[in-house]
Amino acid sequence: MVDHLYYTLQLADNALVIGHRLGEWCGHGPVLEQDIAITNMALDHIGQARSLYQHAAKLFNELPQDEKANQFQSVALSLKISNGDALEEDDLPYLRDVWDYRNVLLTEQPNGHWGNTIARSFFYDIFQQLYYTELQKSSDEQLAAIAEKSLKEVAYHVRWSSEWVIRLGDGTAESKKKIQTAINDIWSYTGELFNVSEAEQAMIDKGIAVDTASIKDKWLQRVNEILNEATLTLPEDNWMHEGGKNTQHSEHLGYILAELQYVQRAYPNMEW
Amino acid sequence: MSKITQEDVYGWLDDVSDPEVPVLTVLDMGIIRNVQLSEDNGEVTATITITPTYSGCPAMDVIGMNIRMALLSRGISHVVIEQQLSPAWTTDWMSADGKKKLKEYGIAPPQHAAANSKTGLFSKEVVPCPRCESEDTQLVSQFGPTSCKALYKCNSCKEPFEYFKCH
Ligand SMILES: [Zn+2]
Repeated sequence: MVDHLYYTLQLADNALVIGHRLGEWCGHGPVLEQDIAITNMALDHIGQARSLYQHAAKLFNELPQDEKANQFQSVALSLKISNGDALEEDDLPYLRDVWDYRNVLLTEQPNGHWGNTIARSFFYDIFQQLYYTELQKSSDEQLAAIAEKSLKEVAYHVRWSSEWVIRLGDGTAESKKKIQTAINDIWSYTGELFNVSEAEQAMIDKGIAVDTASIKDKWLQRVNEILNEATLTLPEDNWMHEGGKNTQHSEHLGYILAELQYVQRAYPNMEW
Repeated sequence: MSKITQEDVYGWLDDVSDPEVPVLTVLDMGIIRNVQLSEDNGEVTATITITPTYSGCPAMDVIGMNIRMALLSRGISHVVIEQQLSPAWTTDWMSADGKKKLKEYGIAPPQHAAANSKTGLFSKEVVPCPRCESEDTQLVSQFGPTSCKALYKCNSCKEPFEYFKCH
């Protein structure tokens, strides 16, 4: 069923894109230990993305033949599909263009300075922990297993980003000002975490996806607990961006994919 | 050639080490979930089910390849490596022998059951120094050179060391 595929891609694309963003810090961290920390987390996300893409590829290959055509707008991927080839894990991240990606806009926002990256991870990690906790109950056993495994890794991420929010917020006047501004700036990208795409709704109805409405209060509560401790506040304006889950992206994703896909596009099927 | 048994296979797996922590074998790590043998026309197929430690651990691909080579070189015709994610791997599955070898190698072994792991913010876990046994040690970072390790330093002997964290 195609909604199942789209929903799994939504989860996979989130993991890949945030992982890629964190990976951009490699060699640029403020100190060696934090450079290592952030790239470790990048690796966790990309590992989770791999499991999810493997599952997505399997879901695609199991679609009835007549449903396989026209699922993607991307030329390179469509070509492979029309050749009758089965899809593999790597085809999905490397051969889809921006308009086939389903990650939330939050994950593709630029790293900015350290505080911007922390603010983005902070909102995302707390969400991810609550989300994967619920996803363990999914009627899709593979998604439940991926959630169970990932959750152990996410626990470290939440701890890391929360500690940094507190360290910066309750730090110097300058660090407080910078992290507060970073939180204000990224806040309008958090609403989409709780928006429900059409594919997602169909999967919620089937007991496969998590109903994000069920974790929203808890998320806000945890966010506020940490912000209180950090002497920071949420902005009052609640206008929110949206679009990523429905393949409408900010300009940033194009640049991410240009870098991420370059080798496969320039030298198709190259392996190393 | 005599019939290959499960015990044979487990014995051979005990020669396959983790490329990132070479003192540990895949059995010490507790990542082997199942070994299944089948025979067809004199050709033996071994299906090995492994549980990855961390989702993104690059060692898992190398471990899969090393298992394959170890078994093929012993006369098994086909090796199938299957990954099982649930139940999720935990350091509780590491063998007592493995923990001992880790310490001798200079890596502090996991201290307790993963369920008792402290995940509170700024929480501190007492990890004795693997070199001088001092408990006056300090967390440098929850994240180390590989996914499974944290960075510590010893305030007594002043040596930095790695801690295989409870997971
Ligand atoms: Zn010491």
